[in-house]
Amino acid sequence: MSTSIEPKITPEAIRANVTDFVCRQTKSDVAADVDLFGSGLVSSLFALQLVVHVETAFGVSVTGPELKLDNFRTIDAIAELVLRLRGGRR
Amino acid sequence: MSERTTAPLAILGAGVMGTGIATLAVGHGVSVVLVDLDEETLSKAAAGISRQVRLGRLMDSFPAGVADGELEVTTDTSRIAGAGAVIESVTERLDAKAAALGAATAAVAPGTLVVSNTSAIPIDELAQYAAHPRDLVGIHFMNPPYLIRTVELVRGPRSGDAAIEAAERLLAVLGQTPVPVGDGPGFVINRVLQRAINEAARIVQEGVATPEAVDAAFTGCLGHRTGPLSTADLIGLDNVVDSLLVLAERTGDEGYRPCELLLAKVKAGDLGRKTGRGFFEHEGTR
Repeated sequence: MSTSIEPKITPEAIRANVTDFVCRQTKSDVAADVDLFGSGLVSSLFALQLVVHVETAFGVSVTGPELKLDNFRTIDAIAELVLRLRGGRR
Repeated sequence: MSERTTAPLAILGAGVMGTGIATLAVGHGVSVVLVDLDEETLSKAAAGISRQVRLGRLMDSFPAGVADGELEVTTDTSRIAGAGAVIESVTERLDAKAAALGAATAAVAPGTLVVSNTSAIPIDELAQYAAHPRDLVGIHFMNPPYLIRTVELVRGPRSGDAAIEAAERLLAVLGQTPVPVGDGPGFVINRVLQRAINEAARIVQEGVATPEAVDAAFTGCLGHRTGPLSTADLIGLDNVVDSLLVLAERTGDEGYRPCELLLAKVKAGDLGRKTGRGFFEHEGTR
């Protein structure tokens, strides 16, 4: 179900992967800048699915202060988070 | 914030609700001893709790700056001996609850708060299995308890004032607001909700509407946050069936008798969110 992403990764690839996941889960088209939670598109329980998906698909670990809803509010925000987390590792 | 429980909270039953309540406690800095008969269930629960604590933090459900409470998982009921309070959250069947309450109340000191998280069994019926019926109250936690901050606090005819006060103090520590209700099958919520779920399932069974349409009517027309069938999937259809049977047997009202579609889904192992499929598909939510 979740596609694993190669080490070299672009913001576009992240957005495409997350968009695909969100659209499949919500069965609707979701733009990259839509507030997923404010729009009522997804429930709060979906938030953790998103976290787990992002961790699995991009090989990152979301912990501490990064573990906040604002980082998952839009597909754009998720892409930024993934790039930030991946930037910090060897 | 200054009020911290030093004695651990004992939770019996590591199913959906037991792990959810454990998550609520751990996130509020309360140590937990979680007891279940099954090792595999316990190891799944430990992983589930650490996942759910993350969700709680993500959703800002826990007080900032409070370190997680410690979690001990065990099959040994004697480990609850020093607990400050006990919450029974085992399968919604009288025999299971009777056994858990009997073992638990024998293991803790008299005067220790004992809580049943039963969905529908009257507290006074359970009280006969408790060593000290005055120590027993009902708290009906919602699912997931770390995201929904209101509970039914059920006073049985034999619940003592001290137990009710202890329950109120525990709920305050856990950031939960009690709604006081009296005793009876299903209390307030499940007397209404389980019946609604059964009717909704019957509507699907009769081909009157699809699950999507049933839920859309409740969310769209009535403004409910979740429709009855999504709620059923979240609760777990096995628990829905168990609760309906409890209600049917105790009220004599056949409208509570679980419909064929619900029974078939449980038989097929499609229990809702926890197995990935119920009335709806839940990809990746297990």
